[in-house]
Amino acid sequence: MSGPNTSIEPEGEPAPHPRRSFLKSAALWTLGAALPGALTLRYFTNRRPKPVPGRILGASAKTGHLLREGRFPAPSKVETTDTVIIGGGISGLSAGWWLERNHQTSYRILELEEEAGGNSRSGRNQISAYPWGAHYLPIPGPEARYVRTLLEEVGVIRGYSSKGLPVYDEFHLCADPGERLFLQGSWQEGLVPQTGAGSRDREEYREFFSLMDRFRKERGSDGKRHFAIPLELGSADAKYRALDRITMKAFLEERNWHSNYLHWYVNYCCRDDYGATYDRVSAWAGIHYFAARAGIAENAEPQHLLTWPEGNGWLVSQLRKKVEPRIRTRALVHSVRNEGGKVLADHFNPDTGETTRIQAKHAIFAAPRFVANRIVPELASRGTPASVGYSPWMVANVSLSSLPGGRGAPLSWDNVSYSSPALGYVVATHQNLNLHPKKTVITYYHPLSHTDPVSARKEAHQRTHTEWCEMIIADLSKTHSGIAEVIENIDVWVWGHAMAIPEPGFITGSDRKAMAKPVGKIHFAHSDMSGIPIFEEAQYRGVMAAKSVLRELGIAQREDS
Amino acid sequence: MPYLLLFSVFVIATCGLIYELISGALASYLLGDSITQFSTVIGVYLFSMGIGSFLSKYVRGNLVFVFIQVELLVGLVGGCSAAILFTAFEHVRYFRVLLYLLVTITGTLVGLEIPLLMRILKDRFEFKDLVSQVFTFDYVGALLASLLFPLVLVPHLGMVRTGFFFGILNAGVALWVLVLLGREVVWARLLRSSAILILILLVFGFVYSDKIMSFAETASYQDQVIYSKSSRYQRIVITRAPGDLRLFLNGNLQFSSRDEYRYHEALVHVGLAALPSPRKVLVLGGGDGLAVREILKYPSVESVTLVDLDSSMTDLFRNHDSLTSLNGNSLKDPKVRVLNEDAFVWLRDQKDTYDFIAVDFPDPSNYSIGKLYSNSFYRVLKEALAPQGILVIQSTSPYVAKKSFWCVENTLKSTGLKTVPYHAWVPSFGEWGFVIGMRGDFRPPERFPAGLRFVNADTVKNLLYFPDDMIARIPDVNKLNNQVLVRYFEHEWSEYIH
Repeated sequence: MSGPNTSIEPEGEPAPHPRRSFLKSAALWTLGAALPGALTLRYFTNRRPKPVPGRILGASAKTGHLLREGRFPAPSKVETTDTVIIGGGISGLSAGWWLERNHQTSYRILELEEEAGGNSRSGRNQISAYPWGAHYLPIPGPEARYVRTLLEEVGVIRGYSSKGLPVYDEFHLCADPGERLFLQGSWQEGLVPQTGAGSRDREEYREFFSLMDRFRKERGSDGKRHFAIPLELGSADAKYRALDRITMKAFLEERNWHSNYLHWYVNYCCRDDYGATYDRVSAWAGIHYFAARAGIAENAEPQHLLTWPEGNGWLVSQLRKKVEPRIRTRALVHSVRNEGGKVLADHFNPDTGETTRIQAKHAIFAAPRFVANRIVPELASRGTPASVGYSPWMVANVSLSSLPGGRGAPLSWDNVSYSSPALGYVVATHQNLNLHPKKTVITYYHPLSHTDPVSARKEAHQRTHTEWCEMIIADLSKTHSGIAEVIENIDVWVWGHAMAIPEPGFITGSDRKAMAKPVGKIHFAHSDMSGIPIFEEAQYRGVMAAKSVLRELGIAQREDS
Repeated sequence: MPYLLLFSVFVIATCGLIYELISGALASYLLGDSITQFSTVIGVYLFSMGIGSFLSKYVRGNLVFVFIQVELLVGLVGGCSAAILFTAFEHVRYFRVLLYLLVTITGTLVGLEIPLLMRILKDRFEFKDLVSQVFTFDYVGALLASLLFPLVLVPHLGMVRTGFFFGILNAGVALWVLVLLGREVVWARLLRSSAILILILLVFGFVYSDKIMSFAETASYQDQVIYSKSSRYQRIVITRAPGDLRLFLNGNLQFSSRDEYRYHEALVHVGLAALPSPRKVLVLGGGDGLAVREILKYPSVESVTLVDLDSSMTDLFRNHDSLTSLNGNSLKDPKVRVLNEDAFVWLRDQKDTYDFIAVDFPDPSNYSIGKLYSNSFYRVLKEALAPQGILVIQSTSPYVAKKSFWCVENTLKSTGLKTVPYHAWVPSFGEWGFVIGMRGDFRPPERFPAGLRFVNADTVKNLLYFPDDMIARIPDVNKLNNQVLVRYFEHEWSEYIH
C-alpha cells in the first residue's frame, strides 16, 4: 500500500473552469446593461451558497423502530417452505446461493428494505453507479475458498495458472493509482504518510510492517495461520489471544511506537474497517486487518483489491441474480421462534399492514444480532449475550461536474485527507475505461466515531440534508478549494448500525462463541458473529448456516473447489 | 473649465490610439504576419475615424448629450475589445469579421469625438486657438499612448487589462463632462446611471482580466498560433511558421508538417507493406488523418475505420483548408469511416477483425491514457486482429524513454503476439519508436507504394536495427492495476527535460 513518494503531473484544482467563469462574467455584463445597477451590485455582495440538490436516504430506521413498539396484527396468511432466511444482506444472499448450488429451491429470503444487499447496497444516477457501503473485496487469501468459488462462478476468476494460482479478470482489479493521501498541502501516493516523515517514523513503519508480515505468515501448532479470513479458519492456538485484551492503541504503545504518523495510519485503518477509533478496537482485530490479508493470484499482488463502480453492490447483483425469485422485500420480521418442531417467522408488510407467517423446517437468521435479540424470544429468555456495539456511519454520494484534481499525486481510487475526521472518498468512475470521464460521483465515507455510538446515532438522525451538505463541503473544500462550484448533487445515507465494533474481549470471549450456537432450528449467520465486518466473514457465515441446514435436511453437499 | 475640456481631448486621444494599437497588436499576435495586420487595422481604423468625422455634421441638437453618449460607447466597446477578441479567437473563421467590425465601430466613434468637442468648444475659443489647442492635445496624447503601450502597458497590465483600463478612462471622461456641463444636458440622470453602470462593468472586467487571459495561452508557442480551441477533451492549437504547420494537443507537439511524413510513413508502411493484400484497416487515435493518408496509398484497402475520441480534431482535419491539403483530404475519402468514440470501450464492444491496425495514441503521460497501453487493452486489440494481420503501436522514444519503449514492447508480447520493435528519426520529435505485433513471423517488406519519401526496403533495415543506447531489458508488463509504464514515462521524460 505504501508507494514511493513520487508526484506525477499535478492537476489543477477543480476551480471553476476559466472559460465558464468568464462567460458567466460576460453574461453578467449583459445582464448589468439590462437591469438596474443596484441589482447587479446586490448579486455580488449578497452571493449566498445555493442549496445543494439531493436527499437523505437510509436503512428504514422508521420501519425498523416499529419493532420497539412491538404491536403487529396476527398473521392473516400462513406459508410453508423448507428454509426461511431472515435478512437479505451478504450473509442471507450467500446462504441462498449455497442452497441453490445444492439444488434447494424451497426457501425464502425476507428483507426489510426495498432492495436486498444490506451494507453492500448501491445506487446509480446518470453519471455512474456508486456504492452506499462496502466498496471492495481484497484478493482472497488461501482460507477464503467460498469467496473464490463465487468469483469463479461470476467470471472474476478466469481460471488457474499452471502453478495453481487464480487468474483474475483484470478489469475487476482496482486500477492504478489506488490510493493517495493529502498531507501538508499536497497529495502523496499511498496512505502511509511519507511527506515530512522523519527517520524515527520510517523506522517505526519498518518495524510495524515487518511485524505484521510475521503475523501474516506465522502458523499455530495446528498448522493454520493465526490471522485468517474467515477468522474461524485461523489457528486454534491461544498464542495471540492476549492481544484481544488490549486496544490497538495500547498495543502500539506497548511496543514503544510513538510516531504520530504511524498512530494516525493505524487509527485510520481501524476507523476504516471497524468504524471506531483505535483506542476502542481490540489489538487482535486491529492486527487482523493487516495480517490476515494474503491474497493469492497469478496476475495480481497480495495486497491488490477487486472493485467495481457500485462497490460490493456488484457482488450483490451477482448473488441476487441467483436467488432473485425467492427474495421478499419490505418484509419486517417481528418474531422468529421454534414451535412444534417447526420455525415460525412472522413478518409484517408496512404497505398492506398485514402479517404473514412462514412455517419452515429451518431458519437462517442473517440479520444483525441486535435485531435477533429483539425478535427471537428464545434468545431473550436465554439472557442477552454481550451487547455488541454498532458504529453509525454517514455515507454520501457526491456528483461532480468535473474531476477533483489537486497538487501532487493524481486522482486515485481512494483519496484520503490526513486532517479530516472522515475517511475520504472513493471515485466511482475509477474503473471506467473511458479516456476522459468529465463527470464523476465520489463516495464520501464518515464513520461517526467522534463520540459513543448511541449519541452519535441520535445526532446523525437529527441532522438535516443541508447540515450534512455543509459538513461534507467544508471538509472536501480543505483538499479541493472551489469544489462547491462543481457539486451537482449530494445524497446522504445514514447507517444507524453500520457494523459491529470488535472491542477488546469480544473476539476471544465466550459471548461470541455463544452467538454462533443455533437455537432449536434457528441458525445464525452474520458477520457480527465474527466480529470482523467484511464480505468474506458475512459470506462464510451464510454458507456455514446453509450447510448446517442441508445437513439437517439430509442432503449430500456439493463440495467443489 | 474650457481647459478641463481640452484635457479631456488629451485623454480621448490617448484612449483612441490605445484601442487602435490593441487591435493591431492582437491581430498580429493571434493571426501572425504583423505587417499585414497592423497596416490593415490602422487603415480601417483611420478610415472609420473619417466616417465618424463625416457623420458628425448630422449631429444636431444637444451636442453635449451626444458627446457623452459617444464617450460611453467608446469606453464600452474599446474597453472590451481586447477581451472580446481574445475569447472569440477560437472561432477562427469569423475572427477577421469580428476584428474589423470592432475596429470600425471604435474608429467611427473616436472619429465623432473630436469634431463634436470642437463644436462644443467653438464659442469658448477663437477658431485659430481652438484648432491649435485641440490638435496639440490630440497629438501629445497620441505620443504618450504610443510610448506607454509597448513600454508600460503590455508588459505590466497585458492587453486585456489595458483595454479595460482605457475603457474606464473614457467612461470617466464622460462622467466628468457630465459633472461639468450637467446643466446643459437633457436626461442627465439617465446618462449618469448608464455611465456608472458602464464604469462598474469595466472595473469588473479589469479585475477579472486574468481569468480571460488564462485560457488565451497563445504566448507559450514559438510560432504564430493560427487556431486554438478547447474541445471537450483537450486543447487543440495549430501554429504556423513559414513552411511549417504544427499541431499541439495540450501543449504537446503532435506533428510538424516539415517532417511528419517520416513519422507517418514509418508508422504505416513497415507493417502494412508486409501484408500481401490488406483490405480492412483500423486506426486508433490519429484524428489528423495523416496515417490514413498513407494507408490510402494501398489500392487493395477497401475500408479504413478511424476511431478518435475528439470530434473537434476530426472535424478540423476534415474542413480546414491548410490541413486537408496536408492530409490529402483523407478523412473525406469514401473508404474512410470516422468514429468519435472512446477507443477502449469501442474496441471491446465491437466484433470485427482487421488486417492492419495502427495505434497512434498520445504518449502514456497519465493514468488515463496509460490504460490504452495496458495488457488488457492489447488483449482486446489482439481479438480485433485478423489471423494473418499486423498491428503497430506508436511507443514513444526509445532513446529518451528507453524503459517506457521496451515496457510497451514487453506488454504487447505478454498477450502472446510476436513483436517487432523499430524506430525512425523524426527531426521535430527525435528518435521515435514503434512496435509491430502479429501472430506469425515478420518478413520485412521489399515493395512499397510509389511516392514515399522516407521508407524503402533499405531504410527498413536500418529502422529495425537498435544500437545499444536504445536497448533496455524490461521485465514489467503494464497492467490496469499496476501502471508501471506511466511511472517509467514520467520519470524518463522529466529527467530528459531537466
